[in-house]
Amino acid sequence: MKIVSESLGVGQEQINRESHFVNDLGADSLDQAELVMALEDEFDISIPEEVASQIQTVGQAIDHIQEAVAEAEGEQNG
Amino acid sequence: MRRRVVVTGMGAVTPLGCKVDEMWARLCRGESGIRPIEGFDVSIFKVRFGGEIRNWNPVEYIDSKEQRRIDRFAQYALVAATDAIRESGLDFSKEAPHRCASVIGSGVGGLGEIEAQFRRLMEKGPERVSAFTIPKMMLNAAAGCVSIQFGLKGPAYGVVTACASASNAIVEAVKEIESGDIDIAITGGSEAAVTPLGIAGFAAMKALSERNDDPQRASRPFDRDRDGFVLSEGAGILVLEEYEHARKRGAPILAEMLGYGVSSDAGHITQPDENGLGAARAMSDALASAGLEKDRIDYINAHGTSTPLGDVAETIAIKSVFGDYAHSVPISSTKSQLGHLLGASGGVELVISILAIRHGLIPPTINLENPDPACDLDYTPNTARERRVRVAMSNSFGFGGHNVSLIVGELQNGSP
Repeated sequence: MKIVSESLGVGQEQINRESHFVNDLGADSLDQAELVMALEDEFDISIPEEVASQIQTVGQAIDHIQEAVAEAEGEQNG
Repeated sequence: MRRRVVVTGMGAVTPLGCKVDEMWARLCRGESGIRPIEGFDVSIFKVRFGGEIRNWNPVEYIDSKEQRRIDRFAQYALVAATDAIRESGLDFSKEAPHRCASVIGSGVGGLGEIEAQFRRLMEKGPERVSAFTIPKMMLNAAAGCVSIQFGLKGPAYGVVTACASASNAIVEAVKEIESGDIDIAITGGSEAAVTPLGIAGFAAMKALSERNDDPQRASRPFDRDRDGFVLSEGAGILVLEEYEHARKRGAPILAEMLGYGVSSDAGHITQPDENGLGAARAMSDALASAGLEKDRIDYINAHGTSTPLGDVAETIAIKSVFGDYAHSVPISSTKSQLGHLLGASGGVELVISILAIRHGLIPPTINLENPDPACDLDYTPNTARERRVRVAMSNSFGFGGHNVSLIVGELQNGSP
């Protein structure tokens, strides 16, 4: 949420799981590319383009990040 | 008859303040805006000082999201343009948008962004390069951002002639209005090149003063002991308007654009013509375009960068154009206080020339302690001087051999 808030210049209190990046938070295509990169850096994950293009809400982003982080940890443990 | 062009608003972002009034007061007190560089670690640099905009926080002008998307050089332009437009009283919702232009010069554009993203490219790979790289670095970003911010739908473009960029942009804006294509232009220049690559690059050319132990005395145009220019940053933006358009809406008319001359040395890429032939041609063409005799010029704001060759060449050029009168006309180089704002310098210096007209005061050339024998004109040394200024000339010359001279004056017998 903090990264989304900083990237898009929207107060954290205005952001929830249902927030739509384009419709609610005013992101354009450049913002979305930057946001994906910021999330990848923060969580040390890779978000493939075909996945990134499916992510439209904050909730979807969180779900995907949790999956990707879990996968990465699983790989380390295995 | 060509249409008349007047100035109805001015804005400046400089190392001596980010408001026109503050800059003017400090200039005339002979203050220097030059200090040790704080923006990056300069410990391994040969040149460790410059004219930075410190504590930059434009949140009242540009929201935090937009700040991330816009390089410093375009931010400076936006802030100066906003102040200039406020002074002009223009409300663009009442103007025909296609008759409003944005013509803004810059020497190097978003150099800081290029450096930051190149570092990411090298350290982290191509996938980590920001999506904002190109829209931040491009030289036309300042013109584009101003056009977007104020809804100006006429011509919007950048003009690039190194240190003459702003003056060249102003010439183009004047022509656009004179021709009848547009009525209003936001014009001038903007620069943010006090960066590692900017300092290192100019230092490698031996273009910069190396007076690290005494930064405030480093920029000393026409002085015997000058050793190069001092790199600075900022913006100078003006609102130009067709005279009748300005008069009808009751705008504050600050000055009238009277003439311009543009020439090229067609010689060396960085060294001025040693006889100042190109510079002289720009000045004489400006006089001809204004239809003024040379003794009507009451003040010359010189390009005067404090380089060994440039100051002598400009002096020779002024003598060749003005003859005996060259020794009578007051000249000053405000780069002595502000340093060299490169592609923004012509905008800031036109603002200063207009302030000299309006205040009847000529800002000094500071640090002029031992005049170079080859620089033997009246450069208004060290102390501002009261003088009625009806007409002023502002010179700008750029690497590449570009020469521009602007003439600005009080509104010419046009008051209704």
